[in-house]
Amino acid sequence: MTEQTLQTDPQGRLKHFLSTEGLSHSLLTSILDNAENFAGVENRPVKKVPILRGKTVVNLFFEASTRTRTTFELAAKRLSADVLNLNIATSATSKGETLSDTLRTLEAMHCDMFIVRHGNSGAAHYITTQVAPHISVINAGDGRHSHPTQAMLDMFTIRKHKGDFAPLKVAIVGDILHSRVARSEIHALNTLGVTEVRVVGPDTLIPKDVEELGVHVFNDMQAGLEGVDVVMMLRLQRERMIGALLPSANEFYNRYGLTESILKVAKKDAIVMHPGPINRGVEIESSIADSNRSVILQQVSHGIAIRMAVMAMCMQRYQDEGQE
Amino acid sequence: MGIVIEKGRVIDPASNLDKNTSIYIDKGKIVGVGKKPVGFAATKTISAKNQLVIPGLIDLCVRTREPGYENKARMDTELAAASKSGITSICSPPDSDPVVDTPAVVKLIQQRANEIGKAKVYTLGAITKGLKGEQLAEMHALKNAGCIAVSNAQYSINNSQIMRRAFEYAHSCDLTVFIQANDSGLQNNGVANEGAISTRLGLPPIPETAETVALSQALLLIEQTGVSAHFCRLSTARSVAMVKKAKNEGLPVTADVDICHLHLTDMDIANYNVDCHLQPPLRSERDRVALIKAVDEGVITAVCSDHQPHDRDAKSAPFSLTEPGASTVELLLPLVLHLVEQNKLSLMNAIAALTSNPAEILGLDAGNLTVGNPADLCIVNMDTDWQVNREQLNSMGKNTPFHGWYMQAAVTTTMMNGKITYQARS
Repeated sequence: MTEQTLQTDPQGRLKHFLSTEGLSHSLLTSILDNAENFAGVENRPVKKVPILRGKTVVNLFFEASTRTRTTFELAAKRLSADVLNLNIATSATSKGETLSDTLRTLEAMHCDMFIVRHGNSGAAHYITTQVAPHISVINAGDGRHSHPTQAMLDMFTIRKHKGDFAPLKVAIVGDILHSRVARSEIHALNTLGVTEVRVVGPDTLIPKDVEELGVHVFNDMQAGLEGVDVVMMLRLQRERMIGALLPSANEFYNRYGLTESILKVAKKDAIVMHPGPINRGVEIESSIADSNRSVILQQVSHGIAIRMAVMAMCMQRYQDEGQE
Repeated sequence: MGIVIEKGRVIDPASNLDKNTSIYIDKGKIVGVGKKPVGFAATKTISAKNQLVIPGLIDLCVRTREPGYENKARMDTELAAASKSGITSICSPPDSDPVVDTPAVVKLIQQRANEIGKAKVYTLGAITKGLKGEQLAEMHALKNAGCIAVSNAQYSINNSQIMRRAFEYAHSCDLTVFIQANDSGLQNNGVANEGAISTRLGLPPIPETAETVALSQALLLIEQTGVSAHFCRLSTARSVAMVKKAKNEGLPVTADVDICHLHLTDMDIANYNVDCHLQPPLRSERDRVALIKAVDEGVITAVCSDHQPHDRDAKSAPFSLTEPGASTVELLLPLVLHLVEQNKLSLMNAIAALTSNPAEILGLDAGNLTVGNPADLCIVNMDTDWQVNREQLNSMGKNTPFHGWYMQAAVTTTMMNGKITYQARS
């Protein structure tokens, strides 16, 4: 089954949100447009709309997460859903229950939507093939593969600042190899039609044949940032800073850290993004993170609107069907 | 009791025979090919009209899952599945539980095989205790108990000194070493071929060098120790070139490939198809083409099933968490003949790669239709049309990547020692 057919119904409406790969330009754009509408909700005195009233959303996190889980929870609550947070990393599976048994148990509780984070690539796909047909699955990060809502909130942030995607050059810097965010960004940016996507890092952190995803590879930070409109820094996990992938955090910062001086080669109005949490002095200089070039905190607040949009779109399908 | 198989197209690669003729069987042995022995009286006549009559297949790698993994499969079910593919002999790797590193386990397997009586089971002994790559196994004792060769299965021997000593010791026991070349450091926690597919799916990659680095190390130690070696499950074009060169230089090496790698590539993983989670991983189309060419040219002389039946739970998880391996034994012959239908292999070469060549690798006078040898053979209808359905497999393992494929060839009769072990319903 292709990404396309798994994620959308025969009418082309969003059914599950697993990956930005394989979704059309118009579908990605309508996610952004819907998020635009939901962004207003948080400024109302009552920060709620009744779209998911009576629905139960389960945050199914097999891997620790703070910001993604809380923004999904807030988004679901603002849509008036009931929210169940399950931290599986410390519960059922550690007692030996298999993933499918956990899913059966939750289905028996009549849940409507699973927000899934899992350490293994393809986990959200797997869960989608296992659940009852009325349940929607939203991927909140699977292994190195995909983190589509993060990519869409970044697209939302870029559109806010730049308007049009077509003329943009975007550089993604750091650990591309292990990054689900990078893969999702690359697909989304290419589908939305940017001029160029670059990935910047040492060969040890660039996955093989990544060019086939539609990117140019740069080992040199200065060449990679030359003339770009958007710089997306990736998080470098601590365990990867030492060992066979990198000699040290310090060496990485000297070569690929985003500093005031290196940022000068980018366009004057280039924005700086980061999926968080940031490592100051490892990926990014503190003064940049706190400057007006940085849109890192806006990314977080846009996360709520994007997640509201995606959840509403996935559930809208069933409401339409109910009326038919 | 005399049996005659008449009117079939008899193909025997060992004697380069391809002729419409009859085969005469008495007391479990072949007593005549094309020529009725004096005084032969047929009590049973089998018509093989418009069908092939070929030696029984010898499959170099079938995991029956006994002893130790009976939740996945049992020897009786898997040998029955094998006989459906015309197989009369299998080679069983040492990675059972317990590992085949003591004579008792060899005898246990032999006893079970004799009880079942569906195929001859040849056992590979472990080359190191527990397949741990730390201490040599008692190879001499294993050989005396009936092991046909020694191997560390899919586990690498990380210490090259131990590998050298293991090869030397095997050589002095006059045992062939079966090697699945794999560098565990380069393999790391990989689950898919390193390339555009693993990058797109975010699956931990296995580079080509995981195989070729280990292969080149093994070749140098084979040269040094003089041991005879058989390379199992080559998966890359580069490995083929290396083995070809070694053979040309006169090293005592042979090689096989499993049937999945001749039909599938990493593209077939598509969106995390767990039935395509194999070890070695499915490689690129370029590799697949090179592997087929290697079989055609005789660089790779045997094709095996590398049968790994799994229970449902083993394949019911996100891709990386599933166990590698496919259930393939009963599709081996139709899938190899599928390559003949596609004009990728000659019929004679294809059959040799399943019969006389694996026999030669194992040092057996088998896989042929020689008068005086046991009547191990099968009859194949080359002109059927059937669809693979995982639920209808005889194997307990339903984990086939070939579900839904259409096949032309089908075995109608399999015979071991002159006794019918499989007969298709007409």
